[in-house]
This record gives sequence, structure tokens and C-alpha cells, in this order.
Amino acid sequence: MFHIYCPHCCEYREEEEFHAAGQSHIARPLDPDACTDKEWGEFMYFRANPRGIHHELWVHAAGCRKYFNITRDTQTYEIKEVYKVGEKPTVVANAIQSK
Amino acid sequence: MQHYSGFGLLKHSFSHHENWQRVWRNPTPKKKYDVIIVGGGGHGLATAYYLAKEFGVTNVAVIEKGFLGGGNTARNTTIVRSNYLWDEAAHLYEHAMKLWEGLSQDLNYNVMFSQRGCLNLGHTLQDMRDIERRVNANRLNGIDGEVLDAKQVQEIVPVLDCSDRARYPVMGASWQPRAGVARHDAVAWGFARGADAHGVDLIQQTEVEDLIIEDGTVVGVRTARYGEIRADKVGCVVAGNSSVLAKMGGFELPLESHPLQALVSEPIKPILDTVVMSNQVHGYASQSDKGDLVIGAGIDGYNGYGQRGSYSTIEHTIQAIVEMFPVFSRVRMNRQWGGIVDTCPDACPIISETPVKNLYFNCGWGTGGFKATPGSGHVFAASLAKGEMHPLAKPFSMFRFHNGALVDEHGAAGVAH
Repeated sequence: MFHIYCPHCCEYREEEEFHAAGQSHIARPLDPDACTDKEWGEFMYFRANPRGIHHELWVHAAGCRKYFNITRDTQTYEIKEVYKVGEKPTVVANAIQSK
Repeated sequence: MQHYSGFGLLKHSFSHHENWQRVWRNPTPKKKYDVIIVGGGGHGLATAYYLAKEFGVTNVAVIEKGFLGGGNTARNTTIVRSNYLWDEAAHLYEHAMKLWEGLSQDLNYNVMFSQRGCLNLGHTLQDMRDIERRVNANRLNGIDGEVLDAKQVQEIVPVLDCSDRARYPVMGASWQPRAGVARHDAVAWGFARGADAHGVDLIQQTEVEDLIIEDGTVVGVRTARYGEIRADKVGCVVAGNSSVLAKMGGFELPLESHPLQALVSEPIKPILDTVVMSNQVHGYASQSDKGDLVIGAGIDGYNGYGQRGSYSTIEHTIQAIVEMFPVFSRVRMNRQWGGIVDTCPDACPIISETPVKNLYFNCGWGTGGFKATPGSGHVFAASLAKGEMHPLAKPFSMFRFHNGALVDEHGAAGVAH
């Protein structure tokens, strides 16, 4: 069970209020019509699936209903960081490996 | 290989069962193999078995980081069925079903395959329309199936709440009589024993740390314990860790690894002699030969490699079970666990060539791979042996996510593993 800090409500709440919405920071292609099938397929279906540091989008579904980002370790499940949409993560995979 | 029989059992009883042959060897790997299978779960061992037995490729190693059948093979809820909607998937799972039906004899190992039938309940009009469509599709594909009304369902499972008082009353179900359950560990052990008897080396406690790739062709694997082991072809059958291995190969797969939990109750007297699944209230149950209720439901929504999930997920599962079977409300749960399932966007597997030459992947079985174990192994072995994908495997190429030819089985997969 996660105890998640919602950066909009500024409070820790139980996991059941939230819903995981997949990988963060996926940019929609600027010109979809110009995409090859491979590029479009990768945008649609290919997601980062690391064993380790993962940046993911969550929504506070039973709370403020706003989206935000979580950086989490998919092996230990430890939440490293919570940050708003539009912000950049400070904890990234390479930085942790080099420690 | 020592042949198992009733006579053998009697014979060994005279020596107090102390002289049984080891079920498989524990060899040191050779420097080079024709084929290396990464992953010693059910699918990997089945692949090795059929490679050696049916396709004459015996210079094979299975490399497993833990022990044989210790991952999802040991963690699933053992349900076998083939009532999938689309032709491609239905043919693949039915191929497996036909192999299941002769598997104990073929392996000379009792996998305790019990065709006790499987009900997929419908609780809404749309459920019933979908069930009718799926059963009709199944029958056109030569797969047994019937649409039952609530009264017929009640006759098969007297303890199921089919009354109007239920929050989501049962309106009917699809019924596949040939579906059932099998003993998951025995499946891994039977395939391992058979593969070993045909000369396959089963290398346990050996983690693959990297794939050795030269000029875009895989030529072997690097392990911590034995260093480099070379091979002409490498087949990866590593379920939840597929993305990690793909990364070693320098490409990505459209997979997400999620925790999937299951639980078993204390053993109780025989009460449920079939498999009951409900997509709507989101849970399923069967009863094992030991008497414990085997219960499962959906994945945890987030990615995870930790082989454990959140408590709230199993709480919802139990709510669904009690909704369907009020009589189970005071049964205590004995154990609960999680596995890592590699889910695919279209709920169908990937059995495929990859951007790296001679490197093949069999993955993406998500929440329902156990039922396909022999079929998956058989078509993957055929593909590895011939260097060309088996006709049943062709629709499941990883490149379908580029050309859009997806096989959407979310309806038949759903909660129903």
C-alpha cells in the first residue's frame, strides 16, 4: 500500500484515492500525419518498462482529480519524488546508478 | 529416463523409495549450444522439451536465474481454457488445449490435468451479448462452448449466488466443458524431466547478465556464474523480465510489467468442482485437490518488478468472491502472493523474431500464460528449430504494434486468467 503525497492537495493520502496512469513525459508527435507507422506505433504502444527508476503519471482520482508525476523504484516500490505536470524530475536513473 | 508406472511404484516400495533416479541432472554448461533458452519456467522448459523431442534439436541449454518453475509457473492459479474470441488467439490456445489433453501420457508425468469446465459469468445484457458472440466464434473455430442461463449455471454451481438479491445478479454464463485446471508445478517438473531425458542441459542458479551481439546477430549470453556461453540461436522466455532482456538486445518491447496477486484459503471440504470467473464483479475462484480455494483477480495498476502488490487490490478481489459466493464469507485465507506479469497492449502474447538476428522472444502472456504452456512451447520450438515463425505464431509478431494488426483479446482475457 502506497502512501502518496498529492502535490496539489499538499497532503499524504492512501493509494486507493489514486490511479496509476502509466509512463510520464510522453510527447505527442507534433505532426502525426508525417509519422511513419513505426514512429506512430511506438508513440501508441511502446512504454518504458524499467526495473528501477520509473517516472509515472498518477491521478488523484478520488480527491482533487488532478494529474501529477511520481518517480518511483519499480523494484523496491520506494517513491523517490513527487512533482507537478510540466516540471522536470530531479531524481533520474543515471544519477542513482552513479552514486 | 526412469519410466514411471504403477509397477515401478510397487517395485520401489520394496527399497523404501530410496533408490528413485534423480528427476534431472545438474550439469555444468558446455561452451556452445545450438539453442539457448533463457528462462526455466513452464514455457521455457516446454520449448526445450519440444525442441529436443519433436524437432531433433538436442544440443540445448535452459538458463534459469533461480530454480526451475519458480517464477510465474509457481504463482499462477492453474486455469486452462481456450475460449478466446479472435481466430488467431483461439487457434493458439486450442493448440495448447489439445496438447494438454495428452500431456500426462506424453511426459509420463502426471500433470493432474482435470477438465472440470469453466464458467465465465455474465451480469449485464452487454455481458450476455459478448458471451453469445464469443461462444459462437468458438464453435466456428471447433472449440467447445455453450451459452447457459442463470438456472443452468445454478445447477452446475449450487453455492453461487444466482438470486435476484445479488448486487449484480447472474444472468447467464459461457461454459467450456473441456476447460479445467492442472497442477502447475508438475507441468514445469514434467517438462524439465522430459527435456533432460532428451539431453537438454538445465542450468539453474545462473543469471544472464548480458546478450552477446556481434554485427546485429546474437551469438550467446554472458552469465555471472559461467561466463560466456555461446549459441547459434537464443530464445528468451522470461515473462516479467522481458523488457530488461530486450534492453540488453538494444530494442524495446511494448510491454509493461505489473504485479498480479493471488491467494488461497484454508483447505475446506469439496464445494466447488469447476472454475467460476466473472469479469463484471472482477474475481474468479476454483478449488484445488487439496481443498483450498484458489482465488485471483486483476493486476495492480502500477508497474512493478517486486513480486508483490497492494493490499487494497486483494481486498477488492475478496469482495468480488464474497459477492459471488456469500457462503465463503467466513473462510479464512491462508496465503497470498504476487508475480510479475508482462502485459501487452492487446492482451495477446508476443512470439516473435526481433531486430537482432537469431534472437527470439516469447513473452507478453500477461495474466494468462499458464493455459498456453504446452502450445506456446511447441510453436516457439518449431520457430526456433526452423528459423521461421510457426504459422500459429506469425500473427503474434512484435511488429504488429507497428503495422496495427493487433489481436484484441481484452474481452476474453479480462479478469479471466
